Parts: sequence; structure tokens; C-alpha cells
Amino acid sequence: MTELILDVHDLSIDYRTPRGKLKALRNINMQIPKGKIVGIVGESGCGKSTLIGAIINLLASNAEVTKGGVKLAEDELFNLSKKQMQALRGDRFSMVFQDPMTSLNPVVSIGNQMIDIQYRDKISKKEKAAKAAAMLDKVGIPDPESRLSQYPHEFSGGMLQRIAIAMALLVEPELLIADEPTTALDATLEVQIIYRLKELQASQGCSILFISHHLGVIAELCDEVVVMYSGEVVEKGSVRDIFHNPSHPYTQKLLQCDPAAIKQKTRDLPTILGSLPDLIEVPKGCIFAERCDSASANCHENKPKVSQLNDNHMASCHLLNEAGALYA
Amino acid sequence: MWFFLVKRCGLGVLIVCLAVTALYLMIHSIPGDPASIILGPRATEEMKAALAVKMGLDQPILIQLFNFFKDVFQGDLGFDVFSQRPVIDIIMEQLPHTLILILVSIMWAAAIGIPLGCYSAIYQNSLFDKISAILSVGTIAIPSFVVAIYGLLIFSVTLRWLPAIGAGDSGDIADQLTHLILPSLAVGLGWVGYISRLVRSSMLETLGANHIRTARAFGLPERVIIYRYSLRIAILPTITLLGVGVGYLLSGALFAEIVFARPGIGKLIFDAVSTRNYPIVMGSVLITTILFVIVTTLADFVNALLDPRIRAHA
Repeated sequence: MTELILDVHDLSIDYRTPRGKLKALRNINMQIPKGKIVGIVGESGCGKSTLIGAIINLLASNAEVTKGGVKLAEDELFNLSKKQMQALRGDRFSMVFQDPMTSLNPVVSIGNQMIDIQYRDKISKKEKAAKAAAMLDKVGIPDPESRLSQYPHEFSGGMLQRIAIAMALLVEPELLIADEPTTALDATLEVQIIYRLKELQASQGCSILFISHHLGVIAELCDEVVVMYSGEVVEKGSVRDIFHNPSHPYTQKLLQCDPAAIKQKTRDLPTILGSLPDLIEVPKGCIFAERCDSASANCHENKPKVSQLNDNHMASCHLLNEAGALYA
Repeated sequence: MWFFLVKRCGLGVLIVCLAVTALYLMIHSIPGDPASIILGPRATEEMKAALAVKMGLDQPILIQLFNFFKDVFQGDLGFDVFSQRPVIDIIMEQLPHTLILILVSIMWAAAIGIPLGCYSAIYQNSLFDKISAILSVGTIAIPSFVVAIYGLLIFSVTLRWLPAIGAGDSGDIADQLTHLILPSLAVGLGWVGYISRLVRSSMLETLGANHIRTARAFGLPERVIIYRYSLRIAILPTITLLGVGVGYLLSGALFAEIVFARPGIGKLIFDAVSTRNYPIVMGSVLITTILFVIVTTLADFVNALLDPRIRAHA
């Protein structure tokens, strides 16, 4: 058994809404082995951001953890006090958020923000600034010393994203959580940042939880992939398993929808017909049954069990239970 | 920053010049001949003509305007119709009373309103927030003359703790301060509500911003998040409001000045209008306009100091 840095076990989260309880996450199980990069894919609204919110314990005030928990190495996070949790944030794990243009403080200089996040270290301000500049240099910001005194509005989006990554790495976390860190960037920059992230991960030895819509980026960067659909994990496995042997119909469709996968000239881009199910009245059968081409009556009635396809490749689908050979 | 400073000051001077021109043209277009107003109904035509020449009223309007500007920039605002004293001297006697009243009122209102709004936002929907909302709306709703009259009734008439009228003996600081308490209560009370509501809403907006989530995700202490990362942004609209507020109160403190029979610009303008003492009216309006521009420009400077984006987009 490999050592786990993050273990999300059986996690369920509801949001209280005027219409009733919205079951945003249901029985999520996913692990991040130490030193690995794990990607989460899934369409908007599948619960990726709620999952991150739960991990860093910064959920919206109407969210409620109904079951399960999150373990960071040996610590069960939901048992920690507010103070203890605050002590973990920005120390043992750190975050890179989606939108670099708004996720840095507009009235505090980059240097001061980078110095502020090192508030736990007992070194002088000068040394902190030097560390910050060194980290900016590593993520490829030219002339970092003089850049420290500048404010976010003086940087381009790509630079801000690199600064956000530098900040997250500066605290030398055990786990780095990156929520679509490249969505705001153009393709060239995206590739640059992915490689930079991979390099830095290798040198610091941290683990990364990487959330993205972009399948190509996931394939390039990650060791393992978790496919989420509508608040559930439908399939997870190594990058190889997921991309070469996708076993859940949703994963297969998702891969077909990747524009990069289209080989022939076409007028219509492939899509997954239908929309996400209502999570206030969660369907009792398979969550994907409504949109699945191969769904049978059984799929609409009963929840599928998790099929173990190999050591760490698993998927939840009735078709796999009935005839494992169909997909595996 | 220097570029911003120069630009804003230039704009301020331009606004003052436009205001002076507008003011002069307005006075000029009022029906009736200033010479006959000054000299009274029994003046002869020769006397009127002589005075008109003396006042430069026989010159073309542009020349008159130019002379007016020249006088204004030399600090010459004309003479009081009744006492024949220079208008500028009379205004400068009254101005400190108004300024001290405004500053004290706004400062205590801000000192209470800013923390009130701030904590209402931090503890949103708590009991504290609800009580503060009621108090704020209440203080906004009560007209300042009601506060003034009840203040007088309770503290001066019934309890006899505080003096009722005047500004206190000049030279006796303690006496002047006790004379300030009731008027500044009347002037400032409504501002407590305005300020706390404004701070609360901008603080809520800031606390919900992505960059504050980032700060929390790095585990920064709550104190740093609130004072260093949030309040600095949330305070910006309030500073603008305070700038406009001080400017408005230059003549808006009139109520307090009349109820408490305090000397001040508001009272000066009120008396001058009642007696048609136009040089005083014009001089006072001019001075308050200039002060208004100065104060709002100052507010812009403070905002620019706090927010680098304002400096950049000057």
C-alpha cells in the first residue's frame, strides 16, 4: 500500500437551498498517493469546486458535510478546530485558484503578498523577499526583484497565473491544489505552465491535485485521473487506464468530445446529449443513466456497484458488473 | 503618483475657475442694478453712474470677469454692504467655527460608523448586524434639527449639563469643546448611519472577493485579512463619501448653526441672504466652493494612496 497524502473517504456534502437539500457530493472516494499528480475531470457543476472547498475546509456557509471525511496524511480534517485548520492552510497544503486576474489582492504589492504568506517562518522580511524573488524567477518571471514592488494590475494574466503558482509553491506544501489553473490562459502559455509545474513538483516532491476541463492537460501532467459526474466519482485509474481503456460510458463520451480527438472534418462537434440531473431529487439508479446510450431498465432502478478493473482502475457501471469483458 | 497629483490639482483649479465664472455670470444676470441696490432707493442717477464706474460695471462683461478673477486671486472679495469691512475678513472669522464643527462631527461619525459597518459585515446576519442595521437606518431617518432640539431639551434645559448656544469663549478650549458637543451630535448622527451602511456593503463585497478566498486559503490570520487585505479596499467609497460630506456640510451645517446660535459659514450665508448682503453671499459661496473642491480632491488623493489602480488610471 502506497502512502497517501490525501484520502477523501465516503464524503457527502449537501447545500441547503430554498428548494430543499441539494446533494452536491455523494460518497466520494478518492486518494492521492504521496508525490503523485492526480487530476480531476468532469463538466461544470459536477462538484469539483465543492470537493476542493471541502478539502481546504472553506465551503460556503450553506454547505453541510453529511457523511465521510477528508484525511491529510494522518489528520482527519473535519475533526480539527478552526485554528488548527487555519494552521494547515498555506503550510501543509496550498491552492492555485482559477482566475488569476481576481485571485490576487489588488491593493497589496505582489512582494508583500508573498511575504505575508510566509508569516509562519521566523526569518527576516528581507530573507522572505529574497525567497519570493527566487520563486518568481523559478516560474519564469523576468527581473523578479523589481517586480516584487508591483501590483497585480501591472501584470498580464499569464504572469499572474505564474505568480499564483509561485505563491502556492513558496510555502513548500505537501499538497498543492490547482483549480483549473490554466483555463484563463492561451494554449502556448498553458503548455509552458504545465511543464513548469511538473518540473517544480519533481524538485519539491509535493503531491498535486489538479482540476481541469482540459483532457490534454490532464493526460500530459497527471499520474492518475478521477472522473466525476454530477457529484459522484464514476471512474478512476491511471492516466493510461483512463485514456486507453475508458470503462465508464461517461468517460468514453467525454473523451470523444475532446476536440483534439476528432480526426475527421465535421460540421457537428460531438456532445453528450441531455443535461445534468437535478441533485435535489437524485435519481435512484445510475446517475448517468438518463444520458447513457447503453442504459437498461436496471440502470434506471439500481445503483451500480464499483467494479475493480485492475489494481487501481475502477468504475461504477452496471454493464461492467454484468459482463466485465464488455469494457475491460 | 506625482502625475496623478498634478493632474487632479489641475482639474481642481479648472473646476474652481468654472465655478467662479458661473457664479459671476449668475449674479450678473440677476435683474436689477447692483449700484442701485448698494446705494438704496434715494440715490440719484449721477451717484449710481459714479458707483458703477467705480465698481467697473461700465466695462464689457469679459473685462469685468477678468477683473473679478484678478480680485479673487488677490484675496479681494469686495466689501460688506453694511459694515464696509472686507468680505474675506468676515468669512475668515466665521470659517474656523464651521470647519471645527464639521471635522469633529464627521470624525466621530466615522470613528463609530466604520467599525460598526465593518463588524456588521464580518458577522453578517448576526444579532449585532441586525441591531446595527436598525440603529443605522434610524440615525439616517432622524432629521438633524430633531436631534438638535431634543439634544437641547434634554442636555441643556432639563439636565443642564451642556451649554445651549454659542461657540464658547475664544481662548478657552474646554469651553469651546463643551459648546461643540451638542452641535456635533446633531450634525454627525445621521452620518454614523450612512457611513456604517456604506462600509458594511463594500466590506461584504470585498470579503466575498476571490482574492480574500486566496488569503484564507493561505491561512493568513483573520486580523491581516480584515485590516490589511479587505478594509483597505472597502474603505475607498467611504472616503469619497466623507469628502463629499465635508464639502456638503460647509453650508449644510446651517441647521446646527442656527439652532445653537453658533457663528459659522452657514449662519453667515443665511443672514446675508436675509439682508440681501450680496458681497457676503458671493464671497461665502466662492470660499465654500473652493473648499469643496479641495476636500474632494483630498479624498481622491487618499484613495489613490490606498489603491494603486487609481494611481495607474489617472
